[in-house]
Amino acid sequence: MNDFVERRMALEWHEPKPSYDVVIIGGGGHGLATAYYLANRHAISSVAVIEAGYIGYGNSGRNTTIIRANYGLPEAVRFYQHSLELYQTLEADLDCWVMHETKGIMWLAHTETQMRAERARSLLNLACGAETVMITPREAKDLCPQLDLSGGGRYPVLGASYHPAAATARHDRVVWAYAQGAMRHGVHVVQHTKVTGLRRDGARVTGVETSSGPISAGIVLSAVGGSVSTIAAHANVRLPIRTHPLQAFVTNGYEGPFAGIVSDTELLCYVSQTERGQMLIGAEYDAQPSYSLQSSFRFLQTTAAKVTHLLPFLRDLRILRQWTGICDISADFSPIMGETGVEGFLVTTGWGTWGFKAIPAGGEQMAQLIATGRTPALLEPFRLDRFASDLTMADPGSAGTH
Amino acid sequence: MLWITCPTCGRRPVEEYRFGGEVRAVPEWISDPAQRDVDYVWMYDNVEGVTTERWFHAAGCRRWLTLRRDTTTDLVVS
Repeated sequence: MNDFVERRMALEWHEPKPSYDVVIIGGGGHGLATAYYLANRHAISSVAVIEAGYIGYGNSGRNTTIIRANYGLPEAVRFYQHSLELYQTLEADLDCWVMHETKGIMWLAHTETQMRAERARSLLNLACGAETVMITPREAKDLCPQLDLSGGGRYPVLGASYHPAAATARHDRVVWAYAQGAMRHGVHVVQHTKVTGLRRDGARVTGVETSSGPISAGIVLSAVGGSVSTIAAHANVRLPIRTHPLQAFVTNGYEGPFAGIVSDTELLCYVSQTERGQMLIGAEYDAQPSYSLQSSFRFLQTTAAKVTHLLPFLRDLRILRQWTGICDISADFSPIMGETGVEGFLVTTGWGTWGFKAIPAGGEQMAQLIATGRTPALLEPFRLDRFASDLTMADPGSAGTH
Repeated sequence: MLWITCPTCGRRPVEEYRFGGEVRAVPEWISDPAQRDVDYVWMYDNVEGVTTERWFHAAGCRRWLTLRRDTTTDLVVS
């Protein structure tokens, strides 16, 4: 954490106690939100969040901050729509500005097949309570005048689905806001402490081993992004997850205005403008699994070529900064939340490239599960045992990166 | 940046290859046959460290190769 933030927010750090009711591994959005809702809604404040780096160091600080609910399965639409609505009132709930701004997202289609897919998705979204409508190329151009409807002559725009409730928020502010909210209710957040193992009593998980000693816990929740397979292996829990790097970059400031978020079903890239005026560009994740945070020039080359077909003005900008996060991609491209089959050990994982938008709902629902011991209806479809029961939630098309 | 040495074509950039998945076995400790099937179909070791995997040299000799790679540094170790 930097001094600037520390001075302006009521963040209070603690040394870990030997024992808590709940220990959450991973001080990112999902971990801190779960801790906040546990303390705020369920009066469980004997909670520690253990973070290997500093809070928001992982994918919570490396994503492209898009909040949307235009998914392709009813269960997913309901879950993400709930999250999107929680984000809309988050600033009031947490008494903290997170720079939430509703912008709308359009998904461009270039072929009749993609148009059909987008139409189907729009109808499904409407049926499940998320507003998504089809728009014509003309309407797309009215929303985003910078758009080249011929797609550089190679990717003509036939239409798009438009999801007006899509928004962005400042990712690190979301993390800090949840951390502050949790700390106000007595949650301990412990930074720079790595979890090196899980404490076991027979099959049951009873705590964690950390770089600063053991901590025992009634419930251990893994909310890590990246090393979840390693953590779960300590409890002999097998996960259908591969960890892939995902890169993104920003340009220097664009005077704009640039309205909304532009995403593309064929080119698999998305563009939005940050609060600082930079153009933020992301694309699909790297093909091979890796835990390396190394960025590549090839990614810049490929992605720049893609986005300049659609938005030629980007050619005049310069790339300012690029970075990499590591994403847990589940086998069916949907998150995995809840019980693991090992008593005392829960996971919230498989957040791939879609975790940021789910922070409020994921945290709220995981807290409810921990507090009541029963899986809430919204989480039921995302259980780990769906793979064994052949009830997978295959939704790669909605990830926007695959 | 990942470079892979192909036995036929030599040292070539990763863009020429297609990732073919980790080489893994269902863990010994899973004894229930149905659970072993679930593990075989769905689960990954997803190793944070040195792992063995298959690659296909799609834009080269179009042959498969097996290598060991450190997933924390993205370096091929053998």
